[in-house]
Amino acid sequence: MGKRSLVVALVLMLTLSTAGTALANLQINGAGASFPFPIYSRWFDEYRQIDPAVQINYQSIGSGGGISQITARTVDFGATDGPMTDEALAELDRKLLHIPTVIGAVSVVYNIPGVDSGLKLTGDILADIYLGEITNWNDARIAEINSDIVLPHLSIAVARRSDGSGTTFTFSDYLSSVSETWKNRVGAGNALRWPVGLGAKGNEGVAGLVRQLPGAIGYVEQAYAEQNNLSQAALQNKAGNYIMPSLEGASLAAAGVDMPSDFRVSIVNAAGEQAYPIATFTWLLVYENAFDEAVGGKLAEFLLWAVTEGAPYAEELHYAPLPAEVAEMVKDTLKQLHFNGTPFLQ
Amino acid sequence: MMQQLHKGHLGRDSSPGAQGEHKQDKRMLAATIQDRAFKHISLLAALAVLALVVVIVYQLTTNAWEAISRYRLGFVLSSVWDPVFHDYGALPFVFGTVVSSLLALLIAVPLSLGVAIFLSEIATAKLRRPIIFLVEVLASIPSVIYGLWGIFVLVPLVRQSQPFFQRWFGFLPIFQGPPFGYSLLAAAIILAIMIIPTITSLSRDALAAVPNHQREASYALGASHWETIKNVVLPYNKSGIIAAVMLGLGRALGETMAVTMVIGNMPQISASLFMPAQTMASLIANEFGEAVSPLHVSALMEIGLLLFLVTLLINVLAKFLTTRTKHKGVQK
Amino acid sequence: MNKRRKLTDKLMTILPILSVLITILPLISISVYLVYKGVQYLNVQFLTELPKPVGQPGGGMANSIVGSGIVVGLAGLIGVPIAVLAGIYLAEYGRKTKLAAVVRFFADVLQGVPSIVIGIVAYAVVVIPMGSFSAVAGAAALAMMLIPFLTRTTEEALLTVPQDVKEAGLALGQPQWRVVLGIVLRSARGPIMTGVMLGIARIAGETAPLLFTALNNRFWHNGLNGPISTLTVQIYNYAISPFTDWNGQAWSGALVLVLLVTGLNILVRTLARSRYSERS
Repeated sequence: MGKRSLVVALVLMLTLSTAGTALANLQINGAGASFPFPIYSRWFDEYRQIDPAVQINYQSIGSGGGISQITARTVDFGATDGPMTDEALAELDRKLLHIPTVIGAVSVVYNIPGVDSGLKLTGDILADIYLGEITNWNDARIAEINSDIVLPHLSIAVARRSDGSGTTFTFSDYLSSVSETWKNRVGAGNALRWPVGLGAKGNEGVAGLVRQLPGAIGYVEQAYAEQNNLSQAALQNKAGNYIMPSLEGASLAAAGVDMPSDFRVSIVNAAGEQAYPIATFTWLLVYENAFDEAVGGKLAEFLLWAVTEGAPYAEELHYAPLPAEVAEMVKDTLKQLHFNGTPFLQ
Repeated sequence: MMQQLHKGHLGRDSSPGAQGEHKQDKRMLAATIQDRAFKHISLLAALAVLALVVVIVYQLTTNAWEAISRYRLGFVLSSVWDPVFHDYGALPFVFGTVVSSLLALLIAVPLSLGVAIFLSEIATAKLRRPIIFLVEVLASIPSVIYGLWGIFVLVPLVRQSQPFFQRWFGFLPIFQGPPFGYSLLAAAIILAIMIIPTITSLSRDALAAVPNHQREASYALGASHWETIKNVVLPYNKSGIIAAVMLGLGRALGETMAVTMVIGNMPQISASLFMPAQTMASLIANEFGEAVSPLHVSALMEIGLLLFLVTLLINVLAKFLTTRTKHKGVQK
Repeated sequence: MNKRRKLTDKLMTILPILSVLITILPLISISVYLVYKGVQYLNVQFLTELPKPVGQPGGGMANSIVGSGIVVGLAGLIGVPIAVLAGIYLAEYGRKTKLAAVVRFFADVLQGVPSIVIGIVAYAVVVIPMGSFSAVAGAAALAMMLIPFLTRTTEEALLTVPQDVKEAGLALGQPQWRVVLGIVLRSARGPIMTGVMLGIARIAGETAPLLFTALNNRFWHNGLNGPISTLTVQIYNYAISPFTDWNGQAWSGALVLVLLVTGLNILVRTLARSRYSERS
């Protein structure tokens, strides 16, 4: 060891640190929701073949993180599945757009040894579990609607998000719409004052926790439930039917929606006969007037690809593509994206 | 000695005109300038250490100001942490931090002292080396790896052991609650493992500072090996051992990753060891990247400031204790 | 000695032995799991490829391994010169001044600052003004952790250099700075390098300061002013994920990290020890 080896080490570090630069012409950085992470990471991977000059690096840090980091402009785009509030949008000095990408269902997942499938829940029961009123799987109210399965005497371990999450927003938005007590005591938001529960980071963390922990119940985007073979509960919808989370159920939830021009809309507890009650659009957050011309242009191109040719990948991963009329609205909106007045798309 | 050298050298530099020759004069002048420059550069580097403190304190305070001025003392007394209705209090996190760290000490201190006593009083030189080595290895394992091990090994272990505790000691509130595994206890055990090396090596130093004649005197009075350890060796350097424990505590309070991964992240104050909790550090790790409202960010910064001040205080106290020990060592 | 005392003596000396065994138990468990689980996903692909999209099997951590090297290397580039110079000031120039005492004090105390606090400060000082998460921000955070430790190590190393070595240099009429750099620093380079390596090993294992500074990257980093993947953050993300593949890769990443960090640590300590024993 000595001066020479130190010099060698430093040179090596410098070489390494410049090594990556040659690989991509442009790297776009985004962060936010973990809800659409499976489809986004698939899209960004596929898109490298479409446009090799661009790499889109997406970090799944939670919707709250997506909103706060795009607000602080530390990333090029954000992602969320709980729309931003009017006040938060008004505080920005440039217009930030919500671009819907896909629709997803929030699955209620559970880990009850001996019960691999068939659990049914109502919104009321779910709310009371998350309020800490129902604490055991053999509770009479759960048994009443699940006469066909035998539920063990086992403590319910409530799993929920520890980070600010759009999945949490959707879930608590749903609970607020079905339970007055929940609405008044907890409310809806990206992060909550939880009455009970174990906190885990990201959809990944909640799914991991439920998989690890006998007696656990949790809520995750459907793709996480499918990929990890977690048991999913059927939920009673507004029409009174018990519906399993599915791509079709999520699509049907979005079917009747009256889409506003800024795309910020909630589709929980939808009215359709077969609609799944906890579904949501998920949005990318981009500034209408881009801060960087190259980044803004490539992002616009990507988004156009995502809502058109990207749609089939969504179905593969259990997300529902946008309804045709919404996709048309998105295409029109994408034409508004510009850099100091010059639009990116014709 | 060094001091004199400095003076002598600088003295020569300050009177270059005394030397006759012009060339030498110039060289001396150049040397003086270079000397001054180098001294100032190194001074600047030293000041950078202080600047670091200033930057940390300034950034934390200014960024936390909104929360500080809004809640004042109420911040640490309120147990509400509600990002929906924008109300923030630190009590559950202070509780989680303090309790998990104290529990960790409860486990780690006896073990560390045991290891330290073994190393300095019992082990042969041959045995000593490999054990010191193993303790050093334990210290060098990154925190995230303790967390990984915690999730897949320790947490299931805690979960499986809980029914046993509940059956035999279930009447005690500290063992009640459903078996999650992710809990204060899991965090405390991980922390204990992580601080054992710190406390061990520092208290071993403290024990090593005990002069041999003290031990010999004790044996001469007919004391047994254990009596000598208990009555002579341990009390001789109490402040050194306390300092070791405090540094261990300081490390436990600020530990982030491993704790975040096993504690369950639930801001609640519960009597049970088996219930999830949350610490100040794990709260920041979970929420800082995504806090949207300025008050939320500011509240997290204040948590950071509190954590900084508490660990600072503990380290300062530990430092005073060790300097006292050193002086004591010199006198004897 | 009566029987009871003898018995107590025996019993009480067993306790320390027991503590040693209990202390070593988790180390054994961790090592066994690291090796057993770590090798399952450790292959060429793991060391040379980028991560795959969520849920798809395969892929590796090549970018994270290189990324860790870069961030830690950069932190060294920032931290080592400052720390060594500060150490020189404390040992050679400041010595007994009030300023040196204050610097020494804070350098000691700073070593106890929780790394997550350093992380959020670096976010406020580097990430926000730069407008991006970046390798540089991560390196700055790690450098903040390295400097206090290394300053003190350097100072202590310099103080071990015998007086006559310095005097000899000064007597030859050399200016003081050349004596310090050429003679004092050179004779203390062994312990200083040991300090540098130990410091590097220490920051290489850090995760918390990187969460809000370096962030992470699915790809190779694109320049030093953008997000970069690091081994520790990647292990954390994979560890808490539900995907069996990622859990497995987290163990492999952990094995690589431990081999690098703990390996460096052991190597340095063994070298340092053999050097001391040679001298004594």
